[in-house]
Amino acid sequence: MTSADHPYRYVGRQRRTKEDRRFIAGQGRFVADISLPDMRHVAPVASPHASARILSIDADAALALDGVHAVLTGAQLQTGIEPIQHGVPAPDIRWYPLAHEAVCYAGEWVAAVVADSRHIAEDAAELVDVRYAETPAVVDPEVAFDATDALVHPAHGSNVLFHRKFVWGAVDDDFAAADHSLSFRVKWGRNSTVPIETFGVVAQWQPGDGLLDVWASIQMPKYSDQIAESLRLAGNRIRVHQDVDVGGSYGVKRGLKHAILAGYLARELGFPIRLIEDRLDNMSGGDAHGPDRIFDMDVAFNDDGTITSMKIRALDDCGAYPGRAPLQLGKPVGSIVGPYRIGSVAYEAISVCTNKTAQVAVRGFGQAPTNFAIETAVDKVARFLDLDRIELRRRNFIRAEDFPYTIPSGTAYDSGDYHTVQQKVADLIDYQGLITRRDAIRDRGGLAGIGIASCLEPGGGNAAFEPLFNPSNDTTTWMESCTVKVDRLGDVTVLICTSSAGQGHQTLAATVVGEVLHIDPAEIRVVHSDSLSSLPGNSPVASRMAIMLGGAAQRAAEAIRDRLIAIAAHNLGSPGSALVYADKSVHVADDPSTGLDWQALVRICHRQYHLMPPGMEPGLQASHTLQVPNGGTMPAEDGRVQMYPCFSFEAHIPLIEIDRGTGKVRIHDYAIAHDCGTVISPAIVKGMLLGGIAHGIGAALYEKFEYDSAGQHLTGTFMDYLLPSAHEIPEIKMAEHCTPSPLTALGQKGAGEAGYMGSAAAIASAVNDALLPLGLEANTLPVKLGMLSEMLKDHI
Amino acid sequence: MPPGSWRGTVPMADRTIRLRVNGKTGEGVAEPRVTLLDFLRDTLRLTGTHMGCEHGICGACTVLFDGAPVRSCLIFAVQAEGHDITTVEGLADAAGDLSVLQDCFWETHALQCGYCTPGMLIAAQALLRRNNDPDDSEIRDAISGNLCRCTGYGQIVEAIRLAADRLNQRSRPGNAS
Repeated sequence: MTSADHPYRYVGRQRRTKEDRRFIAGQGRFVADISLPDMRHVAPVASPHASARILSIDADAALALDGVHAVLTGAQLQTGIEPIQHGVPAPDIRWYPLAHEAVCYAGEWVAAVVADSRHIAEDAAELVDVRYAETPAVVDPEVAFDATDALVHPAHGSNVLFHRKFVWGAVDDDFAAADHSLSFRVKWGRNSTVPIETFGVVAQWQPGDGLLDVWASIQMPKYSDQIAESLRLAGNRIRVHQDVDVGGSYGVKRGLKHAILAGYLARELGFPIRLIEDRLDNMSGGDAHGPDRIFDMDVAFNDDGTITSMKIRALDDCGAYPGRAPLQLGKPVGSIVGPYRIGSVAYEAISVCTNKTAQVAVRGFGQAPTNFAIETAVDKVARFLDLDRIELRRRNFIRAEDFPYTIPSGTAYDSGDYHTVQQKVADLIDYQGLITRRDAIRDRGGLAGIGIASCLEPGGGNAAFEPLFNPSNDTTTWMESCTVKVDRLGDVTVLICTSSAGQGHQTLAATVVGEVLHIDPAEIRVVHSDSLSSLPGNSPVASRMAIMLGGAAQRAAEAIRDRLIAIAAHNLGSPGSALVYADKSVHVADDPSTGLDWQALVRICHRQYHLMPPGMEPGLQASHTLQVPNGGTMPAEDGRVQMYPCFSFEAHIPLIEIDRGTGKVRIHDYAIAHDCGTVISPAIVKGMLLGGIAHGIGAALYEKFEYDSAGQHLTGTFMDYLLPSAHEIPEIKMAEHCTPSPLTALGQKGAGEAGYMGSAAAIASAVNDALLPLGLEANTLPVKLGMLSEMLKDHI
Repeated sequence: MPPGSWRGTVPMADRTIRLRVNGKTGEGVAEPRVTLLDFLRDTLRLTGTHMGCEHGICGACTVLFDGAPVRSCLIFAVQAEGHDITTVEGLADAAGDLSVLQDCFWETHALQCGYCTPGMLIAAQALLRRNNDPDDSEIRDAISGNLCRCTGYGQIVEAIRLAADRLNQRSRPGNAS
């Protein structure tokens, strides 16, 4: 079954996932499927203004409606809870689930109606009479940065949430010594992952136990702790049920304000509370927007194409409240030079607040916008020198023999072979042939372009950006746990400590445990522990679960295996070193007929204590809590830090054509080569990669949360915020490459953000290649149809 | 109109609604304003059909209405009175079974979070009923009204192509589970 080419029984094999079957049968267990006796429903009352003082709230008419139980206002709520925590120091920005005294964005929730049904709650929400006095809105992030009097949160004293300039290496000297330098500005538009399932939560207070049960469509580190702190409850009085299926997240299903609000109402009112966002709640009031960045870039390079230094200034529009959003400027520190041997770099990171819906973690935690800026710089250098863009990258890539390679900002990349992966994608799509195809389209008057992007996906999820951006935060672990237990009948159950949003963690854990114990993963049960029965974990963020859950599951399974070997050694009178574990049995290495089989070993563990080695605990179970590989150190004074441990790599090449009349972009061809080390579940990695590419195509061409000059949100529906369909996403050609990570047991790296890391950059590169013959440039994403048709109106 | 001057919906009398769902008679009581989606989920407790946008774009709530795919968020339950509805729960012959199409979704991993999947299956089922051998562009066309944020559609197209092959006996089930 295994071979030198393929040393694994289950890892890397084409297998069906454990999770899919229930979804296909319509038997997923999503939060909106939970129905509890006497459950009441919440509808929020949202602010119509971007910036206003709340003068009064009259809920009498709402309360008079049949079936309405309560209308909670911010004034009432704030007396009973602590504000939501921020990732950067901003103690005077007090963020509550419901606004009080002032609203800071259009769509912000000011009151919550509780009723017998969502229909009635919505009726009543329309009857809540809120009087406002409008105040000027801060909409432009550059104006926000400079403002001294027009402030989103006057108590904070400015609109700046974070501002620091890092300099790593001799940047000024390198710029002075370089043959050339270029400066430019690019913008990454405000978009998000926009899962098809909105956020939802059900909360039930159990007065007999003094316990708040929470079911939520959640992907949030330390969720239960933060709910407890806000509700002023002990940590062991919140139980988050992590077996709720999450209908897509890709970072954004954070839902703290929702759970705090629902938990507060459940405890105050004494019946279960359900709060499921409708689409407008989600788009405008869900605080789930993504990074919105202006990059000012300077790049220094020599005639031979060597890029020697770079200056990046990133101004991010965080929206109304910081939360963890400013930290999304921190993660890119760990791959701030991309896959390139750039010797010095300056990085100025600025996060400002404006009167817009709050930003939250989005797939890649700020990496995709940064990759787009870096890739744009590389393309511009190639154009300036009239060098092929692939050749220029080849000259600047870190070489395979240089790993581990430490970049100027202090992070060591674990492994990689960027030249080979780049070559694979060029071969896959026949790069020279593609140029011929592009030029043929150009010859008949078409606007065709080839995109090139070669990007990193940091994985493993250390939280090193927390201490980097917040001096009072000394977090140096971002651990993950797993328990493996074998029951008295010999069957295996694996406990994982997180919910899942489609990442296939049950398949991951079962595959790894099955590999170690030689048990078919289909026979292994994987259970999502609730937060009280879980060991420490940090949720499936940061492309970390293959590395962290995979690592924890492997160590726990190995502990089981080692214990079985010790039991066999004790009973066979052989040293453990003379024994082999194979096919659920332990036998003497040079005498396979002498050994103990699985049932005999399990029986000893569960019944025959007299046959166990002295001092060994009875039963057959093991847990492991894994520290992040390469993690555990605080940032240096100058900000140098080991950010994430593992670095996946992807190289994209699309061919696109722009319709001169309409500005519509058609993707004719698209290829990617991808290296995430050892692939554990090929179908899952493939799906992540394809989905990530689609998400980046959306970010490049379609998806944007638009605001008018008064701060009104204009894209609250899917008729305004455009999501790519099967028509817009082409068939993708894929090639895999495997450079194992030396830091993980199987050589695996992260893949959860794959595709998205480079596809927006690749499409932008292609659009600009198509526009090049006209002397035009598109430097703002998304490059929407209207923007292109406007640019092209003189070139039809 | 100024805030507070509007005095809410005047509730209309509940109606008893009878329809056929997945081959069986279904009956429930709902207000006339209740959508077919909410009626299926809340009244009949068929929670396989999902709410995504409630304005007819995302397709997560797609069901077959007398054999044709429709948005159940854009239809009132009372409009379904006497009609024949098929939801994801009715795609296989028996509860717990999978149809060929469903099995192909599993084999190609044509989903991740599973939230759009029921609507996607219904759209694909409708396609295969009218065209038992669609090409890729016909498949993409048929699912273009169903948004998926996880997969980028690639493995969904593969699944539907595989289902057509299998229904035409050009392929057999594969991949260990």
